[in-house]
Amino acid sequence: MDPLIIADRTFASRLIVGTGKYPDPTTMLDAIRASGADMVTVAVRRVDIENPDRDDILRTLDPEEFALLPNTAGCYSAEEAIRFARLGRASGMSDWVKLEVIGDQETLLPDTEGLLVATRTLVAEGFVVLAYTNDDLVTALRLEDAGAAAVMPLVSPIGSGLGLLNPLNIRIIKSRLTVPVIVDAGVGTASDACATMEQGVDGILMNTALAQADDPVQMATAMRLAVDAGRRAYLAGRMPKREWAVPSSPVDGIPG
Amino acid sequence: MIDIHVNGQARRVAVGSTVSELLAELDLSGRTVVVELNRQIIRRTEIEAMVIESGDRIELVHFVGGG
Repeated sequence: MDPLIIADRTFASRLIVGTGKYPDPTTMLDAIRASGADMVTVAVRRVDIENPDRDDILRTLDPEEFALLPNTAGCYSAEEAIRFARLGRASGMSDWVKLEVIGDQETLLPDTEGLLVATRTLVAEGFVVLAYTNDDLVTALRLEDAGAAAVMPLVSPIGSGLGLLNPLNIRIIKSRLTVPVIVDAGVGTASDACATMEQGVDGILMNTALAQADDPVQMATAMRLAVDAGRRAYLAGRMPKREWAVPSSPVDGIPG
Repeated sequence: MIDIHVNGQARRVAVGSTVSELLAELDLSGRTVVVELNRQIIRRTEIEAMVIESGDRIELVHFVGGG
């Protein structure tokens, strides 16, 4: 498959995966490997002082094997998101950030105003910003103008698994942006991933669809194949849709 | 001893303790832990010299699973 290029980095896989909500660390690692992803998202949280090993993702993930993409999940203002991004970078492991500024607790839809403010600040500080946003073209264009290295529209709400609700918006965003468009959030199963990639987007970021599948490793394999299939179908260029049947076999030479 | 807060919990440390001594006391030396002192990130190169003052609020964070 043709590689994914974001900022100055090339990724073999067009699938980026999250590391949250897996039943156990071994299943997570097996699933990530089965997905073929070379970049994974991680969250920044307090160390449990009584039990520092608890939740420490670096006990399971080798940063040499996977590029780490720290997120700002759980942030409800530009200021908080900027703080979390700086904390992630201070680890010395990545100056990339998956920027989330959430505007509503129930839908987890983005606060696009805060998102733009945080993007401008972080880009000025030298961060490579991948911005989680809704499927709105105008916000996507403004994020690109603000210096985002990739724009990441949802196809449906985070963790909903509802799939590709508005393919038109995703296609419009992809057709108008120069930076990569990575769909982030909403994909529930392999057909969603395939259909999303068929819109021409550059990649998909997913977490819950793998972590909460009955068999995360099997689903990760399915997603890897679906992203690949969708990408290839997009590159191949689908046949036009028609309202009526057109025979596949010759209409001439039918024996009398 | 002086009173400080670490990750929101009250704690007492010896007068003149440094951030790196606190990390050692908590068994966190050598781990990928980012330190924030009164909302300012402390770089790794600074933790040995950074002396903790009474009333300081320290946040110790690391990477956990997330999407």
